[in-house]
Amino acid sequence: MSDTLIDWKNPPRFSLTKALRVIHIDALLLFGLFILLGLGLMVLYSAGDQSTALISRQLVRLGMAFFVLLVLANIHPDRMRDSAYILFGVGLILLVAVLFVGHEGKGAQRWLDLGFFRFQPSELMKLAVPLLVARYLAEYPLPPTIWRLIIGLVMIIMPSLLIAKQPDLGTALLIASSGLIVVFLSGISWRIIIGFIVSSTAALPVLWYVMHDYQRQRVLTLINPESDPLGAGYHIIQSKIAIGSGGLFGRGWLEGTQSNLAFLPERSTDFIFAVIAEEFGLVGVGLLLVLYLLVAARGIYIASQAQTSFARLLAGSISLTFLVYVFVNVGMVTGLLPVVGVPLPLISYGGTSMVTLLAGFGILMSIHTHRRMMSS
Amino acid sequence: MLRFELKDHHRENRVINDRLIFAAIFAGILFAVVMIRLTVLQVFEYEHFNALSDRNRVDFEPLVPQRGLIYDRNGVVLAENIPVFSLELVPEKVIDVDITLQELQLLLALTDDEVAEIQQQIKHQRRFKEVVVRQRLTEQEVAKFSVNRHRFPGLEVVGRLIRHYPHGALFAHTIGYVGRINEKDQQRIDEKNYKGTQYIGKTGVERFYEDSLHGQVGYQQVETNVQGRMVREITNTPSVSGQDLFLHLDINLQRVAAQALSEFNGSIIALDPRTGGVLAMISKPDFNPNEFITGISRKSYAVLRDSMDRPLFDRALRGHYPPGSTLKPFIALAGLEMGIVNESSSTFCPGWYSLPGKEDHRYRCWKKQGHGKVDFITSMAQSCDVYFYDLANTMGIDRLHGFLDLFGFGRRTGIDVPSESRGLSPSRQWKRNARNQVWYPGETLISGIGQGFNQMTPIQLAHATATLAMRGESISPRVVRATRDTGQTELKLLPIERLETLPIIDSRNWQATVDAMVEVVHGKRGTARKVGKDLTFKVAGKTGTAQVFSIKQDEEYDAETLDKRLHDHALFIAFAPVEDPEFVVVVIAENGGGGSKTAAPIARKMIDQYFGIIPNE
Repeated sequence: MSDTLIDWKNPPRFSLTKALRVIHIDALLLFGLFILLGLGLMVLYSAGDQSTALISRQLVRLGMAFFVLLVLANIHPDRMRDSAYILFGVGLILLVAVLFVGHEGKGAQRWLDLGFFRFQPSELMKLAVPLLVARYLAEYPLPPTIWRLIIGLVMIIMPSLLIAKQPDLGTALLIASSGLIVVFLSGISWRIIIGFIVSSTAALPVLWYVMHDYQRQRVLTLINPESDPLGAGYHIIQSKIAIGSGGLFGRGWLEGTQSNLAFLPERSTDFIFAVIAEEFGLVGVGLLLVLYLLVAARGIYIASQAQTSFARLLAGSISLTFLVYVFVNVGMVTGLLPVVGVPLPLISYGGTSMVTLLAGFGILMSIHTHRRMMSS
Repeated sequence: MLRFELKDHHRENRVINDRLIFAAIFAGILFAVVMIRLTVLQVFEYEHFNALSDRNRVDFEPLVPQRGLIYDRNGVVLAENIPVFSLELVPEKVIDVDITLQELQLLLALTDDEVAEIQQQIKHQRRFKEVVVRQRLTEQEVAKFSVNRHRFPGLEVVGRLIRHYPHGALFAHTIGYVGRINEKDQQRIDEKNYKGTQYIGKTGVERFYEDSLHGQVGYQQVETNVQGRMVREITNTPSVSGQDLFLHLDINLQRVAAQALSEFNGSIIALDPRTGGVLAMISKPDFNPNEFITGISRKSYAVLRDSMDRPLFDRALRGHYPPGSTLKPFIALAGLEMGIVNESSSTFCPGWYSLPGKEDHRYRCWKKQGHGKVDFITSMAQSCDVYFYDLANTMGIDRLHGFLDLFGFGRRTGIDVPSESRGLSPSRQWKRNARNQVWYPGETLISGIGQGFNQMTPIQLAHATATLAMRGESISPRVVRATRDTGQTELKLLPIERLETLPIIDSRNWQATVDAMVEVVHGKRGTARKVGKDLTFKVAGKTGTAQVFSIKQDEEYDAETLDKRLHDHALFIAFAPVEDPEFVVVVIAENGGGGSKTAAPIARKMIDQYFGIIPNE
């Protein structure tokens, strides 16, 4: 079935790829991640006023994240499936807890202070939701019955609503989409999918009604950023100037004036894509997007080669959600989507999202590298 | 079932793989959209964005609206904006803040404390936000800095308009003052509209009418060069200046009030009862509001704050005073209305009163030897306490409290100046809630002469007197008469705030009460007969002397031996002309002794000023 597996049976000589296989690391995926992360550090150095302290903090976080990746890659996918309910349950309890005792940051309650470090329960849910939905749907023949589909949707909606209440609409939508991708992959009929799209479009006015004022402001600002140049529109205006002035080839590394002269807000976190666009131009961001697509393609390949439906659904969801993150961030920075605080995966400065992302890749590697043992 | 499931494993794989391919294609399309968007921005609109970014930088600058001015009723400016130069530093643009501050210290002779304070501010503010190094530069300092300015990148002399109160302390409490926006103020403002604004109304009219006075922020989209200097203006949305305010206050009357009360602490309020317009309102002692604008020094503030006389305290709206005998007209009207007394009922005053069965406890009349036989008119004119003890006793505290409530005692008048106090009109219920005690009949007697628990603010007393003058029409007092939008010439008059019309059944009761008050001023033996001297029109008034220090049963009040702070408060309320009232005045002179001796003559000065009478001495 797979050519790599035959090589493994008769190793002719030392190969790094095979050495990595022993510790359940997928070499191609790791290679892609390294390129993206290296690029990220380079850009961060420029966006963060060339501060080495910032880079070293990010490196420490990366070390932690890779540790988590390594641990997860060495856990058998079946064990992950076994712990799906527990992880989901713990995540749900923490989400409720955060509403009551959470710490506020930027006007929203997202953090739980555990004394030695601060933890965002929504990050746990980013993995727990697709994990549980994949397990639940894959237990019985696919495509799922209507009844199982409804239960699966409840599993998605519950944590999403809790996170939307913090309020963190961006993360809530991302988590919902990670679960919905599992549902989509499970092969539900197109009639249901189209019906869902039509009804959720119809529900948009309701969403408008329940949104916070600042969220509505962001949508309005998207339509016309110049209406509020001092307030919410400032981010988008400055980010568009940074991107547009990058041109075809960019101004060069460390040469971005918008970024270095502090015209661009949040330039080392959510708006770091604009820095890349300014310094490396259309060619640079084009290559970056291709890199993202390649990493995701490897993930999708892993999903297609997985041996259980559970593993296929989970791997497919993790890979596609990764692309959704990229799209939402880039869409926001280029003014295609409203400003929702979503970092650019693997590049933005920040700890928690990095750990979750690499944990996801750890799961992908586990699914890919544990195949043989399963088939035997 | 289980077998069937295993059998279909291949079909499941195919389903999922089909969906994976579909999703991958869909993701590819989304990324293509992003690439198109990026191509539009970076290739087709490159010139546009490059122009904005490279050659020049686009900047948005808020255009701060000019704060509205405040005028008195004659058009005299009471609050204006004057240009002041200050030296400001933007931390982000300064290469080395510490060295810069050291050099500035030499140049401008900054004290170590000032430098420390600036450093503190730099630490606590965002780095692109300006920090004031020195406020109100002298011309010499401006020149000194200008010569050396090449040495100080990131520092600039900025000309700003700053609030100024040309009449200093005269309107300190009523108009109030503006000050720097602090964290607490942030809560109540629209951050966007206050971009660039540094000052906000802190007290008085300045605070109450903040929204009108502030105006609407504008903004300017400018291209700046690398040094951040403006090169070209792209768009300009002008700011809208705040509204000018025109007050009911009359500066001349205000001055007379301040002079007349000069030696006492206390308050004077003059109202036009027909509109509720506040013609004069002072609270003594006062302070210079100009000191507060750019930040008062800690030392000066401590002096004001810790002074025994509490100059920062607005007595006119927040001072609690026992009304003393000035409450008697209202109680007399209650007696008439309830049918307890009529114009001819009389009582014998032996100089004291006692409750039946408790003859050993004597409630004294202010006149030790007694007034003898007093009727409705003479009891008011001579302020006989015994008559009112008897009246209050028959009425009972419940009815007494209910009637005083109609006149707004114990309630806020709703004047357009913030932080008004409620005062206290005692009742059985209040005493149970506040002190967990029952109401004693003796306390009703004391309440009947405006002593005991009664605590009224001067504005309440003025409002109640105005309601009396208007024969029951209650109008909320107003300081601001009209507003004027920028660039307009005509004034927009603010509406008169009519509250209610008092439910008095017999309108003759008004006349009887007013007649009795006229007797106070014009009667041969009236306690304020000096006020009525040589007047061509009739004034209705009532004196009051409020005890600060309670005298025991067998003691005498002796002003000579008593500490000044324990002397009685002198009060006087009046309105004129009696038949068609247009002027109400309330005088409270703390520790002024007697109402007729101290407060009434002050009120006469106010009447003289208002009606244009030249006093012949």
